[in-house]
Amino acid sequence: MSEPLLIDKSKKGRKAYCFPALDLPRGFEQALPDIPASMLRVKAARLPEVAELDVVRHFTKLSTQSFGVDNGCYPLGSCTMKYNPKLGELIAQLPAFTTIHPLQDLSTAQGSLSIMYNLLEDLSSITGMSWGSLQPCAGAHGEYTGLKMIRAYFMKKGETKRTKVLVPISAHGTNPASAAMNGFDVVTIASDREGLVDMDDLASKLDDSVAALMLTNPNTLGLFEKNILKISSMVHASGGLLYYDGANLNAIMGMATPGDMGFDVLHLNLHKTFSTPHGGGGPGSGPVMVNDILRPFLPKPDIELTDGGYAYSWDRPDSIGKVSMFWGNFLVLLRAYVYVLRMGSEGIRAASSHAVLNANYLKSRLEKHFDIPYGTKVMHEFVISCESLKKEYGITAQDIAKGLIDEGYHPPTMYFPSLVPEALMLEPTESESIETLDAFADTLIAILERAKEDPLYLKGAPYTTPVGRLDEVKAVKEPDLRY
Amino acid sequence: MSSIPEVLKYSKDHEWVRLDGDKAYVGITDHAQEELGEIVFVELPPVGERFGKDEEIATVESVKAASAIYNPIEGEVVAVNEDLDDSPDLVNTDCYKHHLYVLGSFSQSDFESLLDANAYGAFLESL
Amino acid sequence: MVYPYIPHTDEDRRRMLEAIGVSSIEELYSSLTEDLLLSDSVPISHGRTEDEVLRMITAIAQRNSTGIPFLGCGCYDHLVPSTVQTLASLPSFVTAYTPYQAEMSQGLLQVIYEFQSMICEITGMDISNASLYDGANAAAEAATIMISHKRKSSAVLVSSTIHPFTLQVLNTWALGTGHEIRLIPERQGVTDLKKLDDLLQEEVAGLIVQTPNRYGLLEDFSGIADTLHAKGCLLAISSDLLSLAMQKSPAEWGADIAVGDTQALGLPLAFGGPSCGYMAVSTALMRKIPGRIVGATVDKQGRRGYTLTLQAREQHIKREKASSNVCSNQALAALMTTIHLSSLGWGGMVEAAKQSYVKAHYLAYHLAQLPGMTLVWDVPFWCEFPLVFSDAKKMRKFLQELRNEGIFAGVRLSGLTRQVKDELVLLVAVTEKRSREELELYLAAARRVMK
Repeated sequence: MSEPLLIDKSKKGRKAYCFPALDLPRGFEQALPDIPASMLRVKAARLPEVAELDVVRHFTKLSTQSFGVDNGCYPLGSCTMKYNPKLGELIAQLPAFTTIHPLQDLSTAQGSLSIMYNLLEDLSSITGMSWGSLQPCAGAHGEYTGLKMIRAYFMKKGETKRTKVLVPISAHGTNPASAAMNGFDVVTIASDREGLVDMDDLASKLDDSVAALMLTNPNTLGLFEKNILKISSMVHASGGLLYYDGANLNAIMGMATPGDMGFDVLHLNLHKTFSTPHGGGGPGSGPVMVNDILRPFLPKPDIELTDGGYAYSWDRPDSIGKVSMFWGNFLVLLRAYVYVLRMGSEGIRAASSHAVLNANYLKSRLEKHFDIPYGTKVMHEFVISCESLKKEYGITAQDIAKGLIDEGYHPPTMYFPSLVPEALMLEPTESESIETLDAFADTLIAILERAKEDPLYLKGAPYTTPVGRLDEVKAVKEPDLRY
Repeated sequence: MSSIPEVLKYSKDHEWVRLDGDKAYVGITDHAQEELGEIVFVELPPVGERFGKDEEIATVESVKAASAIYNPIEGEVVAVNEDLDDSPDLVNTDCYKHHLYVLGSFSQSDFESLLDANAYGAFLESL
Repeated sequence: MVYPYIPHTDEDRRRMLEAIGVSSIEELYSSLTEDLLLSDSVPISHGRTEDEVLRMITAIAQRNSTGIPFLGCGCYDHLVPSTVQTLASLPSFVTAYTPYQAEMSQGLLQVIYEFQSMICEITGMDISNASLYDGANAAAEAATIMISHKRKSSAVLVSSTIHPFTLQVLNTWALGTGHEIRLIPERQGVTDLKKLDDLLQEEVAGLIVQTPNRYGLLEDFSGIADTLHAKGCLLAISSDLLSLAMQKSPAEWGADIAVGDTQALGLPLAFGGPSCGYMAVSTALMRKIPGRIVGATVDKQGRRGYTLTLQAREQHIKREKASSNVCSNQALAALMTTIHLSSLGWGGMVEAAKQSYVKAHYLAYHLAQLPGMTLVWDVPFWCEFPLVFSDAKKMRKFLQELRNEGIFAGVRLSGLTRQVKDELVLLVAVTEKRSREELELYLAAARRVMK
């Protein structure tokens, strides 16, 4: 059953919240200066008028039509849908953190600053970088910040003709978009037969017009770029910089560092690798981490530990400036810090190694039934191609995905990377047990077998949801974007 | 196999150009509309503005893709096909009948450097 | 050590490795050369139990101290109904990904649809997206829209009275891109718009202004939309969403783009984040607005449902040609604002805005009677006002002594702008949450210090 819009339950005069009466001296209100009528609002906004229980039932009902990691297995590739520990939620609601104003005197916010400083120290150790900034609010925001720093670095060096950013064909869409936002021209690098960066193509495109190469490692096929040290020396020899998209850090965290691989700058996705919840699409957090050469360009203010405690340092002439309104998504940073404290040095290593174990196990369960075009051994994720199924039975990746919904699973990432036709990208994360993975694999195989016999059934899936597949053409052609 | 009328000229970005007196009509080819799928929106250029060769001039959108249209010959936009505002799918129905925009005072040399139907057909084969 | 977040037993590991056909987990890392594999664990502390972490964090938290906040500058302490935190903590909201699989995400999609609707209602605009990071980033996205809207433009005019941090984020946006931020000077605490027409040169794409502005003052934008539109330029107005219950909406001023923060509507102070940026535009800019948008449509049986739509604008399809790189936004914070607005209704919004106005004026009126501090400009304000001290020493003493009494008396503007001219300016914010007792406490302390 669908839930009506709350505005449609509105009844004039109902209230879900009351304000205390204004208790200023009698007559004060009347003596107030008038705001000129030309500056006052005329038209009332249409908002719900309902009782408190109406609000509670409305949003509770809507939450039952939403699916999170707490509801079931969520093997969404490149999104790292791991379990979000409840301790983080508990701590993020402590008034000692939620009631701190971003501009109150820093002597009264030493606790919050200490969390940010210590988190930066731990993230530096985990990534093998020198230092970073916690201001970016999401992964793409971190990319924007990192590329802006690369821009500023070359401007400072007077190398203004470095206008290109190289991006592999398998990269996340945010990579080229972030580069374009910083005024770079995007040049695509081909993949070789194994699914790795095509070294010849890279060599042919590296020259003194290239500012940076952006890499996700392991890449979106779940493959580690084994030539990374060679790539790094090639890029650096041509005078360019190497950018690490941290989306897939969950494969190597604690086992290896982007710093050792030669990356100059990276962003993390705390809402992936560091277990903070995705919140239905944010708030996330995308810290940028840098090596020494880019450190002067970090956003300001930086956090310092001085004799008088933690302080902000604003006097940083090469800084690119601010990238957020205040200091970043603090409550997300807090949750990530709690995660790091819980797991510790051995725990983060265990997290990534079990993420890799789970991906390979799931792959071993599925490879007899599905075409997995790239990788014999993979890292934390792998990609199935449904192309032959489409040719033989007319079954698409989308059909399989929709079939999974009826069985209580969140589908894998569909149609990405574009390198693989009819792609389904699976990332089980370390959170899932062998029993869950077995049950998921059995389900996927059963869906496949049924579809081969009765493709039409799968075409109609899902059947168990409040609505079936939606008319997306209508949604675009006749936009209905508000009540 | 996509259709390639003999009477038109083509660009490697899959636009066609048809001359009518001192005006040039520009649209997208059958190959382009097939690649895009059901077209849901066409963003047309402002009338009265001059666009260079290969400058981005319009956008064609399907649900899951968006393609920039690169102006195949330099010229001034003198008219746009307003039918596409309400029915962008006309481009799917008959892409050679429904142009996107019309250029005036265009570059004759740009026009002459376009591909003919045979050359465009061979170009498609090579893709 | 056993990790509660990793379910594997020794037996599980053994069976899984056997199925994969390797003898150890390390073997799965064989594509990493040995010089890349860490020989030792990374230098961070060992793991801790829940209780150990809780004790440690509680101890750190004690190094924060709270006072009665008269602090604003883009982050305000308003009353928030209990429904907001409780309902926004429902796990199927909190732990969900972006609703790409529409059929199993109808609840989340409907929340965003209701959010978009409310943002449109309050700003008066036609189309809202699903949220952006914060107000400053929303302003930067507005600048991007302006540049892409007007051919061959490269500059965006910005009022000197916009929030200092928004200005800094805009300057970062322009850095190294060939775009330019040009400041319009201020006069008497508000934007000096008299010479606007002269400033609208060929390369100028639009104007970004803010009301209430960086001083808390309300600005009058009469006529400027027409001036801008006549030159093919766009107008973006940044506002605290709650202030729009009282002052003219961006649409009523003729704006093309409305941006700002929703923090005042249901979000905690939280050291400044997560906040939630909003952006709403006129229909003409539907395909330029960045980020996710939810639309209503139907399924094959004609049942109404919600889905992410107009995706051809976005980075996962258009890559370097996308209207923005934004992917994750602030969905859960947008949910909190939606619950907040559902609980308050328009009547509640008007009440909160009005009480904030009255209480701020009560405090301002009485402070203005004291020696050594003045309200310099005779311009209407809403819930925040600039108090100008006669000397810096007195100002520091004032702040220190009030802090000793548990009152956070205001924000020093120079702390944000790092400019000498702002050194004597204290911004004092008063919301409906401040009780009469708190106001009197502030006044009594102020009278003692400033006598």
